[in-house]
Amino acid sequence: MVESKHQWKAWLYLSPALVLLAIFTVWPIINSTVSAFREGYNGYIAASTGSIFGGDFPIGFANFKYVASYSKFVDCLKNTVLLCVLTVPLSTVLALLIAVVLNSIKPLRRVFQTIYFLPYVTNSIAIGLVFSSMFNIVGLNPVDINQSVSVGIVNNVIVALGGEAINWMNQGSSYWANMAVMVIYIVWNALPFKILILLGGLQSVNKQYYDAAKVDGTPKWRVLTRITVPMLSPMIAYVVITGFIGGFKEYSSVVGVFGEDMGPAGASGRLNTIVGYVYEAIESQNFGLASAGSLILFAIILAVTIVNLYVSNKKVHY
Amino acid sequence: MAAITMKERNIKQVSKRQKVVNVFATILRYLFLSLVAVAVLFPFYWMIISSLKSYTEYKLSIPTFWPKEVLWGNYSEAFTAGNLGRYFGNTVIVGLISTVLSLVVTVLSAFAFARLEFKGKNIMFAALLATMMIPGELFTITNYITVNAFGWMGSDGLVQGFLSLIFPFLVSVFYIYLLRQNFLQIPNSLYLAAKVDGTSDLKYLWKVMIPLAMPTLVSITILKMMGAWNSYMWPRLVANDEMHKMVTNGLRSVSFLVEGSSTDINYPVQMAAVAIVSAPLFIVFIFFRKYIMKGVSKSGTKG
Repeated sequence: MVESKHQWKAWLYLSPALVLLAIFTVWPIINSTVSAFREGYNGYIAASTGSIFGGDFPIGFANFKYVASYSKFVDCLKNTVLLCVLTVPLSTVLALLIAVVLNSIKPLRRVFQTIYFLPYVTNSIAIGLVFSSMFNIVGLNPVDINQSVSVGIVNNVIVALGGEAINWMNQGSSYWANMAVMVIYIVWNALPFKILILLGGLQSVNKQYYDAAKVDGTPKWRVLTRITVPMLSPMIAYVVITGFIGGFKEYSSVVGVFGEDMGPAGASGRLNTIVGYVYEAIESQNFGLASAGSLILFAIILAVTIVNLYVSNKKVHY
Repeated sequence: MAAITMKERNIKQVSKRQKVVNVFATILRYLFLSLVAVAVLFPFYWMIISSLKSYTEYKLSIPTFWPKEVLWGNYSEAFTAGNLGRYFGNTVIVGLISTVLSLVVTVLSAFAFARLEFKGKNIMFAALLATMMIPGELFTITNYITVNAFGWMGSDGLVQGFLSLIFPFLVSVFYIYLLRQNFLQIPNSLYLAAKVDGTSDLKYLWKVMIPLAMPTLVSITILKMMGAWNSYMWPRLVANDEMHKMVTNGLRSVSFLVEGSSTDINYPVQMAAVAIVSAPLFIVFIFFRKYIMKGVSKSGTKG
């Protein structure tokens, strides 16, 4: 009696969540997956036939074939992979270094820790604009009567150090200059989370290992590579995996710096990412292509996660 | 005797040298940490001083590191020209309603998963966790079609637009998971004692579970509010009109271009807008640092 009463109650408690999840989570998983195989599924055409979820379109692999051979998508894929490969190792190593040094001091540790966390509590579009202002050349506009031109604070520093100003992101800038700006911004943005996790890990490492190393007179470098890194390996694996997942979903930081054109003036779309491609497809009502694109993204994330887990299972010392 | 003092002196010398090395290392450490701190803080400093400059001063070829003339007017210009006031209001409405509703839904389902028994509980919970692997874009595509079918697009009306901003991403499996773990730590004997006393489930939940899980609930509240504040893509797709626009979408507004130009951005005004949007996040961070850092260390990626 009590059993069945409980059952009934449990479902009541769950019902709000289940209704919302059924409509906005479970249905999308089914529909988007099927839509990826609905050839030429377009919102406008679907609306005119009356079945807006695309039931009338033929099933096949045309969307995937189209997306895979579409140069714009391939470029998006290239940009995304490049951003991942450049930013994840860089931010992980930097964060590890910072965390180790931070862990070795006592006074002011909390202050530094708080400062380093600040980039996390920001709006990535908003601070992207700040980075764009730091790299952007402003005042070249011919309408401007006052001809004074700012090359941006980063270039000011480069010039002060004896270098030459670089066209980072204005019209005519190079792809690699654009990429450099993005890498700097993404690393700056990714550090707080990684430092937080790695420092947390360091503080839970048993002090006895370090005491033993001290007694043996082990050099600092060996302590780092032989004790700290192995003991931290679960956390390192964690920040690398989440870093790759986040990296493959990169989008809003590019919008922050370069705007919705996803590139400098005269080369719009040059820095577009997979997620950016999916959104473009949604906005042009090409739901079939959007679904195919996001399934490919899912497959990539799954593959990267599995590879990472496999590698870390072999390397991670628990 | 003499040999011993020699040895002692040696040890003293070594420890003295060790001390010098240690002091030097400590200085290096603090130097490194300070340099990193400067790199982390510089964009914020640049945002603030740029937001107080005039456009003419901003584009001086030799930059000033403190505004010659502090121009607070940029802030009011950002607020009015960028229509930020309206966007603020919209964001607060969406943020508050979705946070409150999300808390109710999360508490009820986390309670069911932690304390109640029903068929298929474990399988269902595992299935829910599995959905966390799937990238959000997959949901976005169909949800976009669904809200369109519901007549919830921003162009369908004021209330409808808000519905689509609030409901589709209301339930977070991650928050249910987080709260369930917290609920599970509360000893079951409390629950059984309450049952014996004839306390209803709802009353027990309200009087015992919720107060005990307060830190987790605060973390969820803050992360959800920050999520609303930073949301960009979904609002842009479904309700990107003046009536519904949220702050983040307003930031790249055309109003911040320099008069007579289509490419040159009036950075001082835009930086003022950026500072206005960033300020609430910092204020929340100052007061709830502990909760945010705790929630974040469990959540993995940026919401």
